[in-house]
Amino acid sequence: MKLPTESAMSTCEFWNDADSPVHPASAPDFLPLPQLRALQLHRLQVLVARAHAHVPLVRQRMDERGLRPEHIRTLSDIAKLPFSLKSDLRDHYPFGLFASPMSDVVRLHASSGTTGKPIVVAYTAGDIEVWKSVIVRSLAAAGVRRGDIIQNCYGYGLFTGGLGLHYGAEAMGATVIPMSGGNTDRQIMVMKDFGVTVVCCTPSYFLHLADEAQKQGVDLHALPVRVGIFGAEPWSDGMRQRIQSLANIRAQDIYGLSEIIGPGVAMDCACQCGLHIFEDHFYPEIIDPNTGEVLPDGATGELVLTTLSKEAMPMIRYRTRDLSRLLAEPCACGRTLRRLQRISARSDDMLIIRGVNLYPSQIETALLSVEAALPHYQIVLTREADLDQLEVQVEITAANFTDEVKSLERLQKGIADAIEHVTGLRARVHLVEPNTLKRSEGKAKRVMDLRKMS
Amino acid sequence: MKIQQLSLFLENKPGHLSAICRALADARINIVTLSLADTQQFGIVRLIVEEWQRARDVLEKSGFVVHVREVVAATVPDRAGGMLETLDVVQKAGVNIEYMYAFTCKRGNNAVVVFRFDDPDKAIAALKAAGQEVLGSNELFS
Repeated sequence: MKLPTESAMSTCEFWNDADSPVHPASAPDFLPLPQLRALQLHRLQVLVARAHAHVPLVRQRMDERGLRPEHIRTLSDIAKLPFSLKSDLRDHYPFGLFASPMSDVVRLHASSGTTGKPIVVAYTAGDIEVWKSVIVRSLAAAGVRRGDIIQNCYGYGLFTGGLGLHYGAEAMGATVIPMSGGNTDRQIMVMKDFGVTVVCCTPSYFLHLADEAQKQGVDLHALPVRVGIFGAEPWSDGMRQRIQSLANIRAQDIYGLSEIIGPGVAMDCACQCGLHIFEDHFYPEIIDPNTGEVLPDGATGELVLTTLSKEAMPMIRYRTRDLSRLLAEPCACGRTLRRLQRISARSDDMLIIRGVNLYPSQIETALLSVEAALPHYQIVLTREADLDQLEVQVEITAANFTDEVKSLERLQKGIADAIEHVTGLRARVHLVEPNTLKRSEGKAKRVMDLRKMS
Repeated sequence: MKIQQLSLFLENKPGHLSAICRALADARINIVTLSLADTQQFGIVRLIVEEWQRARDVLEKSGFVVHVREVVAATVPDRAGGMLETLDVVQKAGVNIEYMYAFTCKRGNNAVVVFRFDDPDKAIAALKAAGQEVLGSNELFS
């Protein structure tokens, strides 16, 4: 059974704001639960059959469990299926998890992995259409419409944020300005001169923009900007209130991850009481991170996602390492999609700095590329002028100490360059005296996160 | 003809240089001369002491990382133009100076300067040929 292409509904030439406060593209958000569950089960069965047929890792793991696609008869049977892990993407880099031939893949994206190699994700033309449609539904839930002028400051390139928002916003018929990140002066000029009504960026970058705008005498309250689509890093309710009062805009939270599709997995509605998961495409489960047991709605645990409609790179029960809860109570907006409580913690050691994922092990990789033996190091994270700052303190050892200033400066720069090469982030490198960094009995506490989510 | 210099890494924080001097004082080791090079973030202190091996052991036991480097103690005429003459000798020999600093003591009418050359042997040969005295540890520490 094929549903009408969702993107055909979104540019809706004849739809008028006054007739309905709900965008027609949002219709799938309001499916009655029996219909939603039937759709999810059907898509799950098609997904499992396809992955079993085309992805060796999936077939191998299902064979090990004596599982066949026809054993998936109800939605709860999903718990019989094996989990997917981030290490699977690393181990099968670059294209080992594809279910489609490369000739059907129209887009490749990548995001940072725990070591030097990135995580590769792929999209068929059909996957791109689904991605566009969930972005349209995300923007629609935020009150964005055709006629809005959207400033997209998410990074364009291998990162899924920039192009993901871009294609969805265009599909909606809005006017998109592909700013990408950086060059704050130009961002402010465009926001002012182009009559921007919607801003898309990380919440901390928005605060930085707001600070700079104030310094330049630009009054955000006087500008027509009315909505912000903020994501790619965790941010608190306090920060949301601050942004909303500072700029007089609605600050909406968007959630996503490249391994699943990119931005557009879940989105705030007007109620700001949790992010509705587009679960007709991304089936959520909450599990106990230690036992793998599926927990009931309302319990806190690790979020697991299954891509019900992805063709090129389907993910079955992907462990996100994000800790959260599923809220199944009816929402005032009327959407029947379950809500995800805003993510505040992770079950692994991944950090997010200026919207970029960072694993402490990446710092180790960088240090080892410069020095033969790993010196003691410490990662210190601070927030300055609303932007995350990354500092790496490295202990001087008998092996790396040379008695010339220029050699030490070269070492310092070499480490900073290696960190940028591995992580994409510019770090301040601070050489410290031997035996000054704390040693610990068990696992070294490598990260001092001094940022307060205020 | 070369002497041993000890160098240590220092963060730019108060009290860190004192800690090094205290370790040496407690071991009754005299610092003959020293130099402190600084950047915005850190410094390197270079020391000439009489008993460099004992000093190194004492400092390492106190947790410092110590680098030992061969340097040349050369005499420089203590008058106007004295430094220039010495530099000419070294330059003509094609030797590069990485850093230098002076001793507190004099040798007759000459100042004594510590040089770190990129090619110490070539520099020593050139200085001796030009009639400038190069001091070993015996001459320095008597």
